[in-house]
Amino acid sequence: MAQEDISVQGPHLGGVEAVRQLFSRLPVHVAVIGIVIVWSIPTIALLVSSFRDPGAVITSGWWNALRDPLDLTLENYNTVLSQRGMARSFANSLIISIPATLLVILIAAFAAYAFAWMEFPARNALFLITVALLVVPLQMTLIPVLRLYTNLTVETELPVLGGRMFGTSSYPGIWLAHAAYGLPFAVYLLRNFFGSLPRDLFESAYLDGASDRLVFFRIVLPLSMPAIAALTIFQFLWVWNDLLIALILLGDPDLAPMTLTITNLVSSFGTAYQLLTAAAFISMALPLVVFFALQRYFVQGILAGAVKG
Amino acid sequence: MIGRKWWTPWLWLSPSLVLLGVFLVYPTIDTFRRSFLDERSEKFVGFDNYRFIIDNPQALISDTHAALLNNLLWLTLFTAVTVVLGLGIAVLASRVRYEAVAKSAVFVPMAISFVAASVIWRFMYEFNTDVGTVNAALTSLGGEPTRWLQDTGAPQTWLTERGPDTMPSPLQLNNFALIFVGVWMWTGFAVVVLSAGLKGISTDLLDAARADGATEWQTFRRVILPILSPTVVVVATTLVIQALKKFDLVWVMTAGRFKTDVVATLFFKEAFVFRDFGVGAALAVVLLVWVVPIMLISIRRFQFQEEIR
Amino acid sequence: MASVRLERVTKRFGAASAVDDISLEVPDKEFLVLVGPSGCGKSTLLRMLAGLERVSEGRIYIGDRLVNEVPAKDRDIAMVFQSYALYPHMSVYENLAFGLSLRKMSKSEIRDRVSAVAGILEIADLLDRKPRALSGGQRQRVALGRAIVREPAAFLMDEPLSNLDAKLRVQMRAELIRLHERLKTTFIYVTHDQVEAMTMGNRIAVLNSGVLQQLDTPQNLYRNPANLFVAGFIGSPSMNFFDGEIVQSDGHPACRVDDLVLGVDPAREAALGTHLGAQVVFGIRPEHSSDERPAGSAEQNAVRSKIDVVEHLGNEMLVYFLPVGHSEKLTFIARMSGERQARPGDELDIYFDAARAHVFDRETGRAIA
Repeated sequence: MAQEDISVQGPHLGGVEAVRQLFSRLPVHVAVIGIVIVWSIPTIALLVSSFRDPGAVITSGWWNALRDPLDLTLENYNTVLSQRGMARSFANSLIISIPATLLVILIAAFAAYAFAWMEFPARNALFLITVALLVVPLQMTLIPVLRLYTNLTVETELPVLGGRMFGTSSYPGIWLAHAAYGLPFAVYLLRNFFGSLPRDLFESAYLDGASDRLVFFRIVLPLSMPAIAALTIFQFLWVWNDLLIALILLGDPDLAPMTLTITNLVSSFGTAYQLLTAAAFISMALPLVVFFALQRYFVQGILAGAVKG
Repeated sequence: MIGRKWWTPWLWLSPSLVLLGVFLVYPTIDTFRRSFLDERSEKFVGFDNYRFIIDNPQALISDTHAALLNNLLWLTLFTAVTVVLGLGIAVLASRVRYEAVAKSAVFVPMAISFVAASVIWRFMYEFNTDVGTVNAALTSLGGEPTRWLQDTGAPQTWLTERGPDTMPSPLQLNNFALIFVGVWMWTGFAVVVLSAGLKGISTDLLDAARADGATEWQTFRRVILPILSPTVVVVATTLVIQALKKFDLVWVMTAGRFKTDVVATLFFKEAFVFRDFGVGAALAVVLLVWVVPIMLISIRRFQFQEEIR
Repeated sequence: MASVRLERVTKRFGAASAVDDISLEVPDKEFLVLVGPSGCGKSTLLRMLAGLERVSEGRIYIGDRLVNEVPAKDRDIAMVFQSYALYPHMSVYENLAFGLSLRKMSKSEIRDRVSAVAGILEIADLLDRKPRALSGGQRQRVALGRAIVREPAAFLMDEPLSNLDAKLRVQMRAELIRLHERLKTTFIYVTHDQVEAMTMGNRIAVLNSGVLQQLDTPQNLYRNPANLFVAGFIGSPSMNFFDGEIVQSDGHPACRVDDLVLGVDPAREAALGTHLGAQVVFGIRPEHSSDERPAGSAEQNAVRSKIDVVEHLGNEMLVYFLPVGHSEKLTFIARMSGERQARPGDELDIYFDAARAHVFDRETGRAIA
């Protein structure tokens, strides 16, 4: 746009002209920078408070902390990790999120390939239904699923990871649930991407003698990495940040992910902000890292389709 | 492809179909069924559960009217503010060179969980001016500190006076406070999508408008907005779906107390705290019914895209 | 090495037929071209041969084997696609080797074959590159190479040259002909360009709207088109057509166009004689319309005409004529030497060579003479 071009030429203009440019665009700069600051304050406040002395948090505003940087402490993190079970929760979040993400991608990819490149009766109708399910609120499904899990509970313990084999308070149970809820969006996204691959690429491969399995693993998957990356991020973050499903299907506190643990902390220690902020930040750290590292794919994923709830 | 067995597509689809059937399709039908049964899902009670929601006999323990109205407020205010802010920021950011950074900063909250966000904002909204940032800022500017999360008063009394006598007005300060947190989290999404939409408008059109003598505002209103409207619809429908499903945020910040309940939190209370599956199911159905029109809009858009393909 | 045979092959999409009752036979080692305008069914026919489309009716034989239900990969054919269909994430070597590795060939054998083919097509120094680092012409060769490396019974090519620029296209035409000589394998080649068809094919199958119009050598298609469509499709600029009627004139059957009487050579007059009174179309090619009297022909078919437009092409001219005193519908083109002087407005006597004239039934399009 015209104004953009001028700003690029800015340094080359004469002194007066440059200053005039700056002033006429000052309101825009003020607005944008102001918004950025306002948007970032809450997160910064959290970060700063988590490093403060427990006593200090309740008595003075976090902005004061910046005057005495030496007063910052890791004590809160220590407390929350060792005494409040956050370390275990962090592990739980990982145990829950990683398999759930991998499962959804694999299952959705198989279905997406069938929808995109195989002929079978009711293909369009089935796909439509799958995508339509995207909008069903979780609340519509939770009571029956809980009942189902209660009935299917297998008391034996799952080796290595803990929890039950299946049913309520079981890792496999929650993996399947998350995978199922993530399917509509995943299938939608992947099917559109797979479908956009050139048809003669597939025909050439079939002619060469490739089976469906081979085409899927050697051609479709390698060429679909951007979509799969976006999907991985989406699904991982969604599962990592989930509260409702964990709340309902995972009763055992030993298996609780961080969202659940923090919620309990909030209800028991409502004003112990030094603990809460530390706990919250631990739960945010990984998503933030993932986000900043893979921002591009995240954005691409959003633009590729409706964002799931 | 000739030579592919008839059962191959179904093989590829089966994991998805099974998961979708078990976790989405069957439960939806079952919840429907339960909404007509009693709290243990044993006896048929007709429309009693729905009547409970409409009559609101237990207004003090579980206020259904408040929940319904609050959801209405959420879906209008949350959506409108997020879209307007998103658009504004997208436009402003496009005028500065550090556009990418600005957009990232606003987008960051999307990565964190609602739980973590709740912690952040409980901290921000804290009444104690030594702790709560918002109140501290307010008092330093000469205002009075407010119990943001508990205050059920309307910001302007004339609004409450105009409301019908028997129904509570959802226009409460604490609702606004909660909605603002949602806005804080989701504006980034709106910015990203709308910004992409903006960039998709060819500069030729804008240059032509400027050559025709249109001012910035006119260009915006008469050229940019109409072209952007499909994108705005996409953003808006996604946000409305989000608003209807809102659970985590309200649950962690107030657990629905102080009349901030929404249908999702009420559902949770009824179904899993009071153990009334009948009313819970009915509430879930209410949510579904609200979501169906949005579903239809999404599907129609989707089918339109399919035709282009 | 095998022949290919189609027996009454039909392909329907819903109610419409893309390919309608086509039968043809391609002997081993022949270069057959399927040509026709867009939508004529040539690509569909090729794809049915390849096994990429199911046959609605009819039978396809490769060698002596009925292949209707045989999967594409087992038909022993290789296909070159219009858009090349190279695997973008694999190197040229891997692209060439893909089909072979799927057939569990040993690594050393694969390497030998790929090197040999790369040598023939002069792409040996490109083996490590990815397709996006290649030019259009290079990609096309890789696509060819992928097919050649399979040593199939027949090559199927779907407009492989259409995405190349004109100069490259001419060059590749010659190379494909040479390749065919060298490989001594059946080539079945689809194109919409009749020049390509004429220069490359041993025989050409002309298709229109799913129906086979004529299957013949290039020379025969040119000299003896079976119907109006073929006559107008082959040859550039296309044949001149005049609506007319068969009448008896001076004891000979002839074609009356407006008030002109045009005839064919005596050997073919008899055919005209059996269709007296029929509504017909008289056809004569621009290259057989000249102001020099054709030697040794009894009929003169002279028409006094005025020059309307002259298009100079260097070595020749395309001259647009209007017969004097007749409606503008009778405008026609003649090819004349570029050395001549010709200006719009000049009047000349143009002779239509009766030995090269054609008469077609106006309703069915079939050739009468």
